[in-house]
Amino acid sequence: MAVAGPEVEPGAKTAEAARTRRGPGRRGAALRLGLMAVPVAFFGLFFAYPVTAIVGRGLKAGGDWQFGRIGDVLARPDILDVLWFTTWQALASTALTLLIALPGAYVFARFDFPGKQLLRAVVTVPFVLPTVVVGTAFLALLGRGGLLDELWGVRLDTTVWAILLAHVFFNYAVVVRTVGGLWSQLDPRQEEAARVLGAGRFAAFRRVTLPALGPAVAAAALMVFLFTFTSFGVVQILGGPAYSTLEVEIYRQTAQLLDLPTAAVLTLVQFAAVGAILAVHAATVRRRERALKLVDPDLTSRRPRGPGQWALLGGVLLTALLLILLPLGVLVERSFDGADGAAGSGGYGLGYYRALQSAGSGGSSTFLVPPLEAVGNSLRYALVATLIALVVGGLAAAALTRRAGRLVRGFDALLMLPLGVSAVTVGFGFLITLDEPPLDLRTSWILVPLAQALVGVPFVVRTMLPVLRAVDDRLREAAAVLGASPLRAWREVDLPMVRRAVLVAAGFAFAVSLGEFGATVFIARPDNPTLPVAVARLLGRSGELNYGQAMALSTILMLVCAVSLLLLERIRTDRSGEF
Amino acid sequence: MLSLQSATVRFGKRTALDAVDLAVADHRIVCLLGPSGSGKSTLLRAVAGLQPMDGGRVLLAGQDQSGVPVHRRGLGLMFQDHQLFPHRDVGANVAFGLQMHGVGRAETGRRVRDLLELVGLPGAERRAVAALSGGEQQRVALARALAPRPKLLMLDEPLGQLDRSLRERLVVELRTLFQELGTTVLAVTHDQGEAFALADRVVVMRDGRIAQEGSPLDVWQRPASAFVARFLGFDNVTGATVTGRAAATAWGKVPVPEGSPQGEADLLVRPAGVLIGAPEDGLRCTVGVRTFRGNHVTVRLTPENAPVLEAECALRDTPDEGAVVGVRFDAAETVVLAAE
Repeated sequence: MAVAGPEVEPGAKTAEAARTRRGPGRRGAALRLGLMAVPVAFFGLFFAYPVTAIVGRGLKAGGDWQFGRIGDVLARPDILDVLWFTTWQALASTALTLLIALPGAYVFARFDFPGKQLLRAVVTVPFVLPTVVVGTAFLALLGRGGLLDELWGVRLDTTVWAILLAHVFFNYAVVVRTVGGLWSQLDPRQEEAARVLGAGRFAAFRRVTLPALGPAVAAAALMVFLFTFTSFGVVQILGGPAYSTLEVEIYRQTAQLLDLPTAAVLTLVQFAAVGAILAVHAATVRRRERALKLVDPDLTSRRPRGPGQWALLGGVLLTALLLILLPLGVLVERSFDGADGAAGSGGYGLGYYRALQSAGSGGSSTFLVPPLEAVGNSLRYALVATLIALVVGGLAAAALTRRAGRLVRGFDALLMLPLGVSAVTVGFGFLITLDEPPLDLRTSWILVPLAQALVGVPFVVRTMLPVLRAVDDRLREAAAVLGASPLRAWREVDLPMVRRAVLVAAGFAFAVSLGEFGATVFIARPDNPTLPVAVARLLGRSGELNYGQAMALSTILMLVCAVSLLLLERIRTDRSGEF
Repeated sequence: MLSLQSATVRFGKRTALDAVDLAVADHRIVCLLGPSGSGKSTLLRAVAGLQPMDGGRVLLAGQDQSGVPVHRRGLGLMFQDHQLFPHRDVGANVAFGLQMHGVGRAETGRRVRDLLELVGLPGAERRAVAALSGGEQQRVALARALAPRPKLLMLDEPLGQLDRSLRERLVVELRTLFQELGTTVLAVTHDQGEAFALADRVVVMRDGRIAQEGSPLDVWQRPASAFVARFLGFDNVTGATVTGRAAATAWGKVPVPEGSPQGEADLLVRPAGVLIGAPEDGLRCTVGVRTFRGNHVTVRLTPENAPVLEAECALRDTPDEGAVVGVRFDAAETVVLAAE
């Protein structure tokens, strides 16, 4: 049916009409509100409340708001420099990531090649590595005495290129998975239809595939921009004193200079900037999202044909090798460097790994428990965080799928805000707000998964929403007519059709939970550190042994991620027969 | 079974359903017929509860349905493009409604098997819906809609996407099936032939209102208005002034049946009532395009200074293209239509 959306203009409704519409209309609204209740409560309690509290501390003096401080801080030239650098490096990183990763998305979506699943998991690994480790790995690659320095005398660590490359390394998977996931489900016959109608190869792509991919590309670009705009560990290590993003500056002002007012202003600026980006994004995406005809991804991929396609595949594999495997390889190499844990003893060995098993190794340990226990902690926390994120994000996505008014659209953008707000602020906010009854969670283990779920939810929503919206509404109607209640219809129609998206979302949520650092470092208890926290603690200590242990622990984290992701990919293909 | 009372649906300023009253009796097959945009599908959706109404009531078996959600109305609806669930196989698609109604596993399996047999796809339970042809999909969709034994089965352009020969065969199958099962059916179509073959009653819709309602034979024999006549495929419609048993028209004097309404009106001459004779005998026309329709031929005739006429004649009497003929009219095949 080509009938334009049956939207009823509010003005056209008479009193009588409103009366007769009451039944289904109210029910729908109530359902939507019911679905949104949990996400709203979650974000109110664990996001809005702590962040407002922190900002309040910075901007309040003697109970009065001091908004004049905003103007004062923003007039400072050093702050303006930070703002400018934050913006342009994020733009450049996003453009570079899209440029490098979009061919990758295509290759993963459309080509079959041996080791595809393994490679898909491998390119996702960087995304879950603690930013500190990413920074260090690139330092080992591009810095003084690094691999490039040794080979060709090239050093990039003082240039912005190191930051940009690390950002691409970090976000490659975001584009490949978000765009490639949808791409693999687009029917290639659409493009074939365009070709038959006289479109060239490129025209067919531009007019048929690209518009269909639009929302996914926009979503991916938005995420990359957000991550790079709020980049912390990478910039701190590779940028040196010359380059500083907002997040780095917030951390500096909070933790080093103890200048809470400036930190609060910068938090607000970051918040406002991110809010503006999200609003623009929501507007553009809304205009382009439509029901797509999705097909089984297994039917759309095949072996490459012809020299052009083989060259493309080769190029993508080479990029993945140089950009992703090389830094990871350097990281692994360093974890084995130094036999028996003896500093500078040369040769390779398991010394650093053995050292991880004892709490007081080398006399310089800061751990109450063996660092190795962090593995179990991390997995437990990440699992709980993933469950929370799936429930909260799934409910939110289900609510957003239903055609709705402005209120819900605003909610859509609101869900993304946690990605843009300084993790440092959130973590610190948790500590100062959730410490009194009835919500005294300071000593509870749930605090860490809650903070991690906060960054996981946007991923779940962003991954599931495009696919959920692409489910033909009349399938739900068909289910309803056959006797399925709205909830049942969601379970029987939406859920099976988006199972793949749910698994991808779960993978993302698990990965970011596992790698979350900025907030966790504030709230993880000393006797229950997560992997990234343990790594950072080791890196913060001097000495070859601590550095080596950090590398070893990072390698373990990397392996844990790789194994979990491989498992996920395995589940995915096992179940894909049902599609 | 079903009764609509001044059902009204508005999309913005456009009124898709304008205070429609309609009743469907038990075990009857009613066809909604009309051009696209006339409100047929909206009516189905309003009955199903998929489209909120801006006024009026829907009653099923005497029960007011306002406030009853879609899934509790106990209806069957076959969608225009079937909307089979792509992630379920044929058997699971048919079983869906039974599962929703809490039918047990064994009973479900039995009913699915019976239904697939009924629609001519025995043993197709495990097939993927993507692998089905259009006709097979239609059968599965029908089996799925019938499975929960709905009080009222609604069909939205059930045969719209199928090719003509298949459509003609399926219409006969459907009617036989519904009569055997005693199903109450409300179907939407824009194809007059389909409606004629399928329905006990035909409801012609125009701009959200009912233009005519009656048995297929009634509607074809006595279209209520020029709109209905044209929609049914009759092109020989013109303004006329009726006096006694004759009507003055652009084609000259045309005889009309006894008891026809007098004065200004629209006049329909069925093609069978356009009699072709010698050129000096009646209205002079030039023979245009001829269309063969099996046992007869439709001929387009162009008179001087008058609208084109369509005539039906036997194969052996068909004039040559370009020939000049004379036309007379048969009073039994003319209908004086109510003025609009």
